Amino acid sequence: MKKQIPFLCAFVMLLAHIGAAQSELRFPPKVEAGAAFSVPTSGSGEATLYIVGPGDALQRRVQLGEKISFGADDLHNAGHYVAILGAGSSSQSAQFDVIPSQQPASLSFLAKPSRLAVNRENGISGVAYIFDIFGNLVLKPEDVSFQLADATGGAQSRSSTSHDGVAFVQMNSAPKAGAAHFQASLAGVHATRVVEQVPGDPCSIRMTAHPAPNQRVLLQTDPVRDCSGNPVPDGTIVTFTETYEGRASTVDVPLKRGVAQTELPAENGAVISAAAGVVLGNEIRWSGR
Amino acid sequence: MKVTGKITGKWAALLPVGGAILTAVLLSASTEPTVRVAPMDSVGPRSIEPQTQSSLIRDYLLAWQTMNVALTQNRPDLLDAVFVGKAKEKLAETVREQQSLGIETSYLPRSHDIKVVFYSPEGLSIQLLDEVEYDVNVRKGEQSLGSEHVRARYIAVLSPTETRWKVRVFQGGTP
Repeated sequence: MKKQIPFLCAFVMLLAHIGAAQSELRFPPKVEAGAAFSVPTSGSGEATLYIVGPGDALQRRVQLGEKISFGADDLHNAGHYVAILGAGSSSQSAQFDVIPSQQPASLSFLAKPSRLAVNRENGISGVAYIFDIFGNLVLKPEDVSFQLADATGGAQSRSSTSHDGVAFVQMNSAPKAGAAHFQASLAGVHATRVVEQVPGDPCSIRMTAHPAPNQRVLLQTDPVRDCSGNPVPDGTIVTFTETYEGRASTVDVPLKRGVAQTELPAENGAVISAAAGVVLGNEIRWSGR
Repeated sequence: MKVTGKITGKWAALLPVGGAILTAVLLSASTEPTVRVAPMDSVGPRSIEPQTQSSLIRDYLLAWQTMNVALTQNRPDLLDAVFVGKAKEKLAETVREQQSLGIETSYLPRSHDIKVVFYSPEGLSIQLLDEVEYDVNVRKGEQSLGSEHVRARYIAVLSPTETRWKVRVFQGGTP
């Protein structure tokens, strides 16, 4: 038993030392970003407090036994922090969180693609990350409204609840071509992106043929439209093909003001067709009239 | 680095990074953390290709290692390689604050438990949660001011860049 007494004493002293070193620094477990707060201290004399985390590092000279006060500007980056209060050879420590402000202040809104064809189901995606005024990701669930308003005044609306700071939707592109305004909003905060909705591929091609001077035939399409009736953009290539006595000759013509027009040799019995992309138009057998 | 789960990250995966950053990172990592990655089969709305899965985890772990070196050596220039946007700005500001206080901090991860929770439809952002344990050591010159073992949950948002995924949002909290 006598042999054990020194060990017991050392153990008690060690416990006392650990207790002195690790107690009494009582930070609130969570502090809202940008909020003022204070932390009580015990003991006497001067000490230095360090608060470190990936988001901030600060140092304070403190008088032990007095409160340590933090102003609204002192800690505003959300994160997990370690506080170490050192006085001479002893130190106390604590861990606490700075949590995002409850009030969303901005949206980081990604709308893709910026240009797409009309009538695409779930063709447009919107992803909104919610941040507070300090640029912290707001993690509590928020209802984000998404609205896609097209050039004719039509609008689709959807809402999505954020998870861990992010909300997303997928929307259909409108039947009518034109610029659409895609907006994400919540609690007075909004962000808008412009999505250009362009006509789709040609839906059908109708071509007419007329005699032209110098033994030629004038070929002209009707205005080429997509399946929603939108004019297909100028520059879209229409291919005219003339087949005569087993030989085929082709001409690629870009749409100009919605129509494609060209001349080919007028051969009696020739078969003439027009196509754009995967769409084949009508066929004409030329008989000189 | 011991990696379990579907991803099998290796130190070798970091070799293409090259240069001083890699050297600094490798020298700084005195012990390797264990890394567990939850299966990504049900992550949505976009599915994650196997190659994306491995590069994502590799780049995220590199971000931790780079952050540790940047804060240990007070070198904000290292952050450019793996951080972008708000995450980079905040970390760089922390390094500047450490420089002005004359302190350095090390963040040595002991374990990562990573779960990818969101991959945006257009493929421009991935969000993950990481239950991480790490040791923080605060030094002022040769003097250790204190150390703490930390268990925290980090949320990270990563975006693809020309060369790798970079961390855009990096935010910790108590699990």
